[in-house]
Formats: sequence, C-alpha cells, structure tokens
Amino acid sequence: MSALFVLIGLSLLAALGFLGAFIWSVRKGQFDDDYTPSIRILFDDTIQKPPSEETPEPSLKRPGN
Amino acid sequence: MSTTVTDATPSIQMEEFEYDNKIVRNFAIACVVYGLIGVLVGVLIAFQLAYPVLNFDLSYTTFGRLRPLHTNAVVFAFVGNGFFMGMYYSAPRILKASMWSKKLSYFNFWGWQAIILAAAITLPLGLTTSKEYAELEWPIDIAIAIVWVAAMINLLMTMVHRRSEHIYAAIWFYIASFITVAMLHVVNSLALPISLFKSYSIYAGVQDALVQWWYGHNAVAFFLTTPYLGLMYYFLPKAANRPIYSYRLSIVHFWALIFLYIWAGPHHLLYNSLPDWAQTLGVVFSIMLIAPSWGGMINGLFTLRGAWDKVREDVVLKFMVVALTAYGMATFEGPMLSLKSVNAISHFTDWTIAHVHVGALGWNGFLTFGILYWLIPRIYNTDLHSQKLANFHFWIGTLGIIFYAVPMY
Repeated sequence: MSALFVLIGLSLLAALGFLGAFIWSVRKGQFDDDYTPSIRILFDDTIQKPPSEETPEPSLKRPGN
Repeated sequence: MSTTVTDATPSIQMEEFEYDNKIVRNFAIACVVYGLIGVLVGVLIAFQLAYPVLNFDLSYTTFGRLRPLHTNAVVFAFVGNGFFMGMYYSAPRILKASMWSKKLSYFNFWGWQAIILAAAITLPLGLTTSKEYAELEWPIDIAIAIVWVAAMINLLMTMVHRRSEHIYAAIWFYIASFITVAMLHVVNSLALPISLFKSYSIYAGVQDALVQWWYGHNAVAFFLTTPYLGLMYYFLPKAANRPIYSYRLSIVHFWALIFLYIWAGPHHLLYNSLPDWAQTLGVVFSIMLIAPSWGGMINGLFTLRGAWDKVREDVVLKFMVVALTAYGMATFEGPMLSLKSVNAISHFTDWTIAHVHVGALGWNGFLTFGILYWLIPRIYNTDLHSQKLANFHFWIGTLGIIFYAVPMY
C-alpha cells in the first residue's frame, strides 16, 4: 500500500502549507478585525461618471485599513 | 465594457483602475451554454436507462460514453465556468485591483473552453482513462494543469498587488481550491502514455482506486464546494446588501474545512481491500466534516435573518436560500452515507445519484443561477428581461429537484 503513504505525505504537505499560510495570516494581523471586512466588501467604490467639483467622491476606505 | 474606479487616498491623489467585465461576460455565457448542454445530456441518459432504444445503436451515443460527458459538462464546464465567472468579478473588487494579467485571464478562458471541446469530442469517441471525473486522456490532462495553474498565478499575483490590506474570506476559498485541485489533478492523472490517446495509470489495483477517490472526493470538495463557498461569501452579502452573519465563523469554518476535507476520500472504498484503518479514517473525517460544512450553511442562512421579507421578493435570494439548504442537506447526507452500516444498504442504489444531484443541481446549480440573475443585469447594465420568468425558473427548478431526488430515496 505504498500509494497510501504517498497520499498521506502529500496531504500532510498540503496541510502544512495551509498551516504556514494560517500562521502568516495571523501574524500579518489578517484576523485582528473580524467584523469590518464583511461590511467593506459591500462597497465597490465605483463611479460611473467623473466626480464633479462640488460633490467629491466619499472616501470609502483608506489604505492600510 | 469596463467600469472606472477610483481609489481615494488621504492625500487626495486618486488612483484609477479598471475592472474587466468582459471576461466575466465570457465566462457567464459559457456557463449558461454548458449548463444547458450538461442537463440536456443528463436528461437523455436518464431516458436511455428507461428506453435503451435511445442509445441509437451507435457506440458514440451509448450510456457508457455519454454519462462521463454529462458529468464532465456539469462539473467542469458549467460549474467550472461559473466559478471563473464569479471569481473574475469578485476577486478584483475584493482586492481593489485589476486582475494581474489580462492575457492570463483570456488564456484561462479560451484554454478552458478548448479543454471542454476536447472532452466533448474524445469522450463520445470512447477515449477515456476510465477514472471517474478524471476520464480525459493525458494530453488534455496536461492542458488542464497548465490552464488551471495559469489562472491560479493570475489570482495569486492579483492578491500580491492588492490595494486592500485584508484578504476577504472568499479569496481564501478561491486560493485553497486552486492549490488543492492542482495537486489532486496532477497526482491522480500521473500515467504512462503509450500513444497519443492511450495511457495507463502509474498506480495499480486498490492503490489506483485509493488515489482515484482521494482525487474524486476532493473534486467534490475543492471543485464543487470550496470555490462555491467563496462565491457565496461574496455574492450572498452583495445580493442581500448586508454583511455575512458572522465573519469570524467564516474564518473558523474555512480553516476547519481546509484541514479536514482532504482525508475523507477513502469513504468511497468501504468494504474492499483497502486497509480497514484507512476506511475508518475516511469515515471519521467525513463525520467531522458536518461541523465546518454546516458552519457555512448556517452563516449563509443567518445572514438573511430579519430580511426574509426581502427573500420573498427577490428571486436572487430565493435561489441562494435553496442553494444553501441543498448544501446543508447534501453535507449532512454525505457523512451519513459514509457510515459503514448505512453504506452497506445505500451502495449501488439510486440514493447516491439523488445525493450528488442535490449537491450539483441544488447547491451548485441554484447558487449559479442566483449569481447569474444578480450579475447579468449588472455587467450588461440593464434590467432583467422578466422577473416572472425568473420566478418560474425558481419554482420549476426547486420542484424539479424535489421530484428528482425524493423518489430515488
């Protein structure tokens, strides 16, 4: 049943890869805010026409947030 | 057509970039066309079971050759194009960046369509590896790997060049799907070619079966489930115009799903020569999967709490609610069917077929329809032709799935 161990090895490798991604994302503070990202995707920041001088486009997000 | 977007920064310096809606349209059209073909072939082969005369006495149109055509059309053409459609719409908007490479986007589109065309030609000709959901012969397998990895690189590079610090849960689902499917596809398709259209798997006997179902079950997990959960996490809040019920739950259930799903494959090989402990391992992980799977369903359905009046009016939400319900049913039924004692009764019965159709029609199909009804008016900048027709579609589809699945149970 060598294939069994190959698959376990590969599955563990994939799991370790995801574990690495998980640790990276926690350290990067990806999950520090577990509420506002869900609201932020509701805004597309899309404008259909160029913004006029009187009504500047509202700033919906700031980089680094 | 594309929409101009501004990225407002505190220094009042507006950065402009574009979303490519054309690639979304292309995939949407392909998705609709192949959805239609996929279900029509399904209807034909269903009638072939009852009326063998419909095999037309031609080897090309026999059940054995059309059945993989049906599954491939639905899984890889309909759902595959549906996933790419949703990904090319949502990923740039979530990450606030155009897709990294337009060339790769279109390589992804035309490459994927060429693969589907190749499948539609080779399968009726009887060119097959005979591995379920991996029937295509080695040259097409290589093409799939190249196109898939190209799409993955496009997404990953878009993520690297993103303008929003946080990576929304949907993107995590997309990335996990890309990475895992790439690995599963390559490992399962390893074969020794003896001619252009004939190859032999490098695994033999039960080892081949194990690799096949390690792949086969995860094709369900990482091609039909995680990409569509990602789509759900973007399009359901968008359609309902309210945030997901619990963003924290979406993070928790994502990581739980990712670490558990890959071990469930051996439940397809109960009571055979696979070592007992491996069979049991598959069953145990299948049962554990109820938690993260239902986490996704609950998160989706609870998003609509207090908004059920909206669901009554909005056909998009109606489709999505049925999709989530079907997802919940299929992911409860799946672990039950994986139990050895249940499987002893259910195996080789039509229950399995009903189960996969609740998943593919109910979950994938209805989520796709919901997204299409939401997306098409937006990317074509128009109104839906007929709400009434969409409602008719919803009811005949829902009743159809019930009338399909219940008698088979």
